[in-house]
Amino acid sequence: MAESHTPHPDLPPPVSTIGVPGWLRRNLFSSPLNIALTILAAYLLYIAIPPLLRWVFWDAHWRGDSRADCPADGGACWVFIRVHFEQFMYGFYPDEQRWRVKTALAVLILSAAPLFIRSVPGKIKMRLGLGLLAVYPVIAFVLFKGGVLGLPAVDTSKWGGLLLTLVIAGVGMTAALPLGVLLALGRRSQLPAIQTLCVTFIEFWRGVPLITVLFMSSVMLPLFLPAGVSFDKLLRALIGITLFQAAYMAEVVRGGLQAIPKGQIEAAAALGLGYWKTMGLIVLPQALKLVIPGIVNTFIALFKDTSLVLIIGLFDLMNIVHNATTNPDWLGFSTEGYVFTATVYWLFCFSMSRYSQSLEKRLHTGHKR
Amino acid sequence: MPESSSASAHKPLSDQVMIQMEGVHKWYGAFHVLKNINLTIRKSERIVICGPSGSGKSTTIRCINRLEEYQRGRIMVDGQELSNDVKQIEQVRREVGMVFQHFNLFPHLTVLENCALAPIWVRKLPRKQAEAMAMQYLERVKIPEQARKYPGQLSGGQQQRVAIARSLCMSPKIMLFDEPTSALDPEMIKEVLDTMIGLAEDGMTMICVTHEMGFAKTVAHRVIFMDSGEIIEEKPPEEFFTHPESERTKLFLSQILHN
Repeated sequence: MAESHTPHPDLPPPVSTIGVPGWLRRNLFSSPLNIALTILAAYLLYIAIPPLLRWVFWDAHWRGDSRADCPADGGACWVFIRVHFEQFMYGFYPDEQRWRVKTALAVLILSAAPLFIRSVPGKIKMRLGLGLLAVYPVIAFVLFKGGVLGLPAVDTSKWGGLLLTLVIAGVGMTAALPLGVLLALGRRSQLPAIQTLCVTFIEFWRGVPLITVLFMSSVMLPLFLPAGVSFDKLLRALIGITLFQAAYMAEVVRGGLQAIPKGQIEAAAALGLGYWKTMGLIVLPQALKLVIPGIVNTFIALFKDTSLVLIIGLFDLMNIVHNATTNPDWLGFSTEGYVFTATVYWLFCFSMSRYSQSLEKRLHTGHKR
Repeated sequence: MPESSSASAHKPLSDQVMIQMEGVHKWYGAFHVLKNINLTIRKSERIVICGPSGSGKSTTIRCINRLEEYQRGRIMVDGQELSNDVKQIEQVRREVGMVFQHFNLFPHLTVLENCALAPIWVRKLPRKQAEAMAMQYLERVKIPEQARKYPGQLSGGQQQRVAIARSLCMSPKIMLFDEPTSALDPEMIKEVLDTMIGLAEDGMTMICVTHEMGFAKTVAHRVIFMDSGEIIEEKPPEEFFTHPESERTKLFLSQILHN
C-alpha cells in the first residue's frame, strides 16, 4: 500500500506568517493590547533615547586633562574617566611596575585563546585548560606580588581597580566551582558524617550575609590569631568570598545532580565503574551541563559581589572610582564615574552570559535519554 | 523464529555453576519483596523469568549484580560470594552485563564512547583497542554506521542494541536482561530479540526478565514464574506452557496468551 501513495505536495505558508511582516505581526501587533503596548514603548523610547544620546555622546566632553575642560552644559565629562583611567585599572599599583600586570594579562589571553577556538581538538583544550588552572595562578601571583626573581615586591594593599576585581572574581570562581561540586556530592553522600558536614557548611554560609563574612574576616579573625601573626587582608577576603560562593554553587550543582535519572548511575555501576568514575564520567558532565545557567548566574553574582570588599577597605574598581569622585579637584562627576563602573561590570557579566549560552548550545547532544 | 532451534535442540549444559542463589530474602522497609529465592544457573544456561508486575522479577536479577542489597541468604557469582565490599562488588559487576528496560545509555557520549567507556576506565585498555572492540560489537548488533551519533538521535530499538553492545564490550560471562523490550514499539522488539537470540547461540549465560513468550519458548532452557516475591514454578518451556502446575501460573498464562 505504501508504494502507491504519493503525499500531497507542501504548499508555501501564507505570506503574513513569514519574513519581516510575519515577525512584526507575531511579536508587536498580535492583539489590541500588544498594539497599544508597542505604541507606548515606542513613545517612551522616543522621549528617553535622544537626551541620553546627547548626554553620552553629542554634548559630552572628551578632550582635555582638567575639570576646566568640562563646562557644566549638560554633557557628560569623560575627561574625568580618561584622567583616572590608569588608576581605575590598577589602583595604587606602582606605575613603573604595571608592565607586570599587562604581561600577566597577555599570557592569560594568549594561552586561553585556543580554548575558545572551535577547531582546536578537545584533547589539547583539556590539557591546556588543566595547565592553565594549575600553572597560571602561580605565574600571575609571582608577577603581581613580586619579591622573587628580581621583581620588586608589591604589597597586596597596593593592588586595586579592575585588576583587584578580576583577581577576586577569578580566584573566587575557579575555587568556588570545584569546592561547590564536592559539597554537592557530599550532601548527597550515603555516609552520614560527610553528609552532615556538608549540610552544616552549606547552611552556615548561606545563612550569613556576605558583608558579615567580610567584616568578620577583617575584624574578628585577627582576634583569634596569636599576636604577631598577620594574615593578608586580601587573602582573608578571598577565602571568605570563596567559601560563601561555594555554598551557593553547591546548591546549584545539587539541583543538576538530582535531575540525572537513577538509571544512569545504575548503568555505570553495572559496568563496574566505581563512585568517583561514575560521578566524574557520567553524572557530573550531564549535571553540570544542565545547570550551566545556574552556575553562570552564581558567577555573575560573585563578580558583582566583589564590589563589597570596599567595606573592608580594599580598593576594587567600584571603590577606586568612588574614591576618585570624592577627590576635591573632581567633585561633581560621580554620575560619570558610576556609569563607567556599571558599563565595565555590565560588559564582563554580559560576556559571561553570552558565553554560557553558546556553551549550552554546543554541548547539546539531541534528545535526552 | 524457526522451530529447529527450540529447546529440544539445546546442547547439553556443562556442570559449571555460574550463579547460585541460596535462601535470598529482601525487604524494602517492612515490605517483604523477595521470599526465599533459591536458584542455580549453570554455564551457558538461559533462564526466562516471568510473572505479574511487582512480583520481584527485576529485584531478583538486580540482586545478582548487587544493584539491590538483600538482607538474608547468599549469592555466588562465578565462584565468588557477594559481600558488602565495594571493590569485590565492582569486580563481580565487570563480569556481569546488564541491559535495562529504559536502555540507560549515556546521552552526553556518542554511541562509540558509550561502548568504549568501561573497557577504557575499568579494564584499562588503550583507547584505540577499546574503540576497535566497540566497533566490532556494534557491527555484531548491526549498527556500526551509528557509532558517531549520540543516543538521542537513535530509535528505541537501536538504543537497546547499543546498550547490549556496551555490555558485551566488557566481555561479561553472564548477561542480565531486565525487560529489554518493554519500552519498545512493536516493530523494534524483533531487532532486539534477534540480537539476544544471536547471543544465546554463542553460548552466553543469560537471565532474562521478559514477557516475550515466543522468546521464552525458543531460547530458554528454563522458565521461572514468580509471584509476590516467590518462585512459584520452574520448568523447561515446553512443559511450562503446556502443563503448568499451579493455578496461579495457569491464570497468568491465560491472561498473557490471550493478548
